[in-house]
Amino acid sequence: MLLEVKGLETTFFTNDGKIPAVDHIDFKVYEGEILGIVGESGCGKSVTSLSIMGLVPNPPGKITSGEILLEGKDLTKLSEKEMRKIRGKDIAMIFQEPMTSLNPLYTIGNQLIEAIRIHNKWDKKKAANHAIEMMKLVGLRRAEELMKEYPHQLSGGMRQRVMIAMALACNPKLVIADEPTTALDVTIQAQIMKLMQDLNKKFNSAVLLITHDLGVVAEICERVIVMYSGQIVEEAPVMEIFKNPSHPYTRGLIQSVPDMREKKETLYSIPGAVPKPGSIKVGCRFAPRCEFARERCFNENPPIYDVSANHKARCFLLEKGEGTVYDKRAVES
Amino acid sequence: MLHYIGRRFLQLIPVLLGMTFIVFLIIRAIPGDPAQMILGQQATKESVEALRENLGLNNPWYIQYFDYLKGLLTGDLGVSIRTNQPISTEIWPYLAATFELAFFAMFIAVVIGMNAGIISAWFQNTWFDYLAMVIALIGVSVPVFWLGLLEQWLFSINLGWFPTSGREEVRDPIMAITHFYLIDTLIQGRYDQFGTVVKHLILPGMALATIPMAIIARMTRSSMLEVMRSDYIRTARAKGQKMFIVVYKHALKNAIIPILTVIGLQTGLLLGGAILTETIFSWPGIGRYIYEAIGFRDYPVIQSGILVVAFLFVIINFIVDILYSFIDKRIKYN
Ligand SMILES: Nc1ncnc2c1ncn2[C@@H]1O[C@H](COP(=O)(O)OP(=O)(O)OP(=O)(O)O)[C@@H](O)[C@H]1O
Ligand code: SF4
Ligand SMILES: [Mg+2]
Repeated sequence: MLLEVKGLETTFFTNDGKIPAVDHIDFKVYEGEILGIVGESGCGKSVTSLSIMGLVPNPPGKITSGEILLEGKDLTKLSEKEMRKIRGKDIAMIFQEPMTSLNPLYTIGNQLIEAIRIHNKWDKKKAANHAIEMMKLVGLRRAEELMKEYPHQLSGGMRQRVMIAMALACNPKLVIADEPTTALDVTIQAQIMKLMQDLNKKFNSAVLLITHDLGVVAEICERVIVMYSGQIVEEAPVMEIFKNPSHPYTRGLIQSVPDMREKKETLYSIPGAVPKPGSIKVGCRFAPRCEFARERCFNENPPIYDVSANHKARCFLLEKGEGTVYDKRAVES
Repeated sequence: MLHYIGRRFLQLIPVLLGMTFIVFLIIRAIPGDPAQMILGQQATKESVEALRENLGLNNPWYIQYFDYLKGLLTGDLGVSIRTNQPISTEIWPYLAATFELAFFAMFIAVVIGMNAGIISAWFQNTWFDYLAMVIALIGVSVPVFWLGLLEQWLFSINLGWFPTSGREEVRDPIMAITHFYLIDTLIQGRYDQFGTVVKHLILPGMALATIPMAIIARMTRSSMLEVMRSDYIRTARAKGQKMFIVVYKHALKNAIIPILTVIGLQTGLLLGGAILTETIFSWPGIGRYIYEAIGFRDYPVIQSGILVVAFLFVIINFIVDILYSFIDKRIKYN
C-alpha cells in the first residue's frame, strides 16, 4: 500500500464558525493504481488533496485530526522542511486551472528546470535536457522552443501538458490530479485523460484522480470513492459501482451522466445542492435530497456498511447487508 | 522593445511641452515687473523700459514662449539675477546634492519598506505584520517637518550621534569632482570623509525616507497578499520549493509592478519633499536653491528650478514605465 488516509479531518476556522470541509475520511491508494474521487462541487475533494500535500491554506484551514501515511510515514507529523522533500518528489500535484497554475513571468523552461532541480542536484544543462525529454513525453511538439516561451503563449491544453510534465519530472510515487481537464475543451479533455492513463502505465505512478465526471472515472479508474459533504459515502471498484451503486447519491450521479447512445430529452439531475460541510449536525447529510429518506435518516448518522468484500457505502438501506438500493425500493413499494 | 520605448518617448513630448507652458504661465502670472525687480525701485523709467526690450518682455507672449523654448532646447536655462551666472552651470552642485540625498533616502525607503511589506504579507496576521503596519500607518501621516526637527533634537542635539546640518565638515571640506560626495570621496580614497558624508546623510535621509517607506511597505504588503493567493504560488509550493524562494522569486516579481509605480511616484514626490527637508537640515540642494531664489525674487532661477524638478518627475515615471515592460513581457503586446 502506498498511501493510507485514516480518520482525516480538515477544518476551516472562519467567521461563520468551524467548517469541517473533510470530515473523518478513510481510504487507501495502492501502488500504480488509478483511484478516482468523485462528488459535486464543494464536497471536499480539493481540500482532501491539499491536505495530503500539506498545502491547506492556513489560516483559515488546518488538519485537525487523523493520519496520512505515505509508505507508513505519517505526513501530518512532518515538519515543513521534511514535507518539502516529499512535495514534487514523492507526491506531485496537477491543478484544475492550467491558465493560472504557471507563473506568468517565468518561461516554461525556467519553471520546469526549477521543479527538477529542487529534488535533483543536477546542473542547469542536465535539468534542461530532462525537461525537454519530459515535454516530448507528454506530447508537446517544439519542446526546445517552448522552453523559452512564456505561459501566455501556450494554449490551455499545452499548459496542462506542461503541468503534467512538471508533475512527473521527479518520477513521483503518487500524482494527485485535481480536476485536470475541467477547464479544457471536450476534445482536449479526452486527450489529456488518455495521456494520464498512458503515463500511469509507463511510470507506474499511482494517480489520485479528482473529478466530478463519472464518465471519466468509468474510462480510466480502477477504483472510485464517492464523496458527499466532506464524507466518503461509497467506495468500490469501478465495474462494481456502475453495476451495483449502493448509495442513493451515487445512483443519482450515475443517472446524471449523459449517455451518448440513448437520446434522452432531459438529463437527470439530483435536486438541491450539497449542504455546506458542518451545516447538518445530525442524520444523513444526503437526507434532504434523498428519495429514500425516512425518519431515521434525519435523526441518526448512518455508519459505513460492507456491501461486498471491497465495496462499502454509508446508507441505512444497507443494514443487515440485504441487497441494494434498487431491491430495497422494490421491497418497500 | 525598442519600438515600445520609442513610442513611449514620443508620448512624453506633449507632456514636457505642456509643462514648460504651465511653468511659463505661472511665472508670468506673478504680479510685478521682472525688469523693475531686477533693477530695483530706484531705477528710471527709461532704464526699465530698455531692459524690458532687452529681455524680450515687450514681445507678444507666444514669441516670448517660443524664445524660451528655443533656449531650453539649446540647454540655456537663463541667467540668475542674483549671481549673474548661467543657471545651467550654476545649478549642478545643487542638483547633485539633492540627487544624493534623494537616492540615499529612496534606497532606505525601498530596502526597508519593501522587505517590511514582504515579510508582513508572508507572515500575515502575526505580531510582525501588526507592528509593521502600525508603524507604517504612523509613518504615512507624520509631518516631515516635525519629524526632521525631532530627529535633530534627539539624535544630534541630545545624543550627538549625527551632525545637525549640512553635507560636510566645515573644517574638512570635500573636493568636489562630480558633486556626488559619496562618489567624490571614494574616488579620492578619502574613506574618512566618506564616513562623514554618510553621517550627514542619515538624519535628512531618514526624515525624507519615512513617508515613501511607509507607503512602499503598505503597497508591497497588499500587492504581495494578492499574489500569494494565486494558483502559481500553490504550484511553486507543490514542487517542494522553499517558502523564501516562493516569496522572493515567484511572488515578488508578480507583485512588483504596483510597487514600482509607487516607488516611481514617490521618487518624484520626494524631490518635492526634499525642499522642506533641505531647509531644516541646511542641505545645499535644489530646494534650497529655489527657496533662496524666491527670497531674492530671482525669477529665472525660480522658473528653471521648478522646470528641472518637474522634468525629473516626468523622466522618473518614464523610466518606471520602461522597467515594467522589461519585467512583464506581456505588456508590450497590450
Ligand atoms: N479557503 C477556504 N476558506 C474557508 N472554507 C473553505 C476554504 N476552502 C474550502 N473551504 C470549504 O471546504 C469545502 C470544500 O471545498 P473543496 O474546494 O474541497 O470542494 P471541491 O470538492 O474541490 O469542489 P470543486 O468541485 O468545486 O472543486 C467548501 O464547501 C468550503 O466550505
Ligand atoms: S441514509 Fe437515508 S437519507 Fe441517507 S442516503 Fe441512505 S436512505 Fe438516503
Ligand atoms: Mg476542487
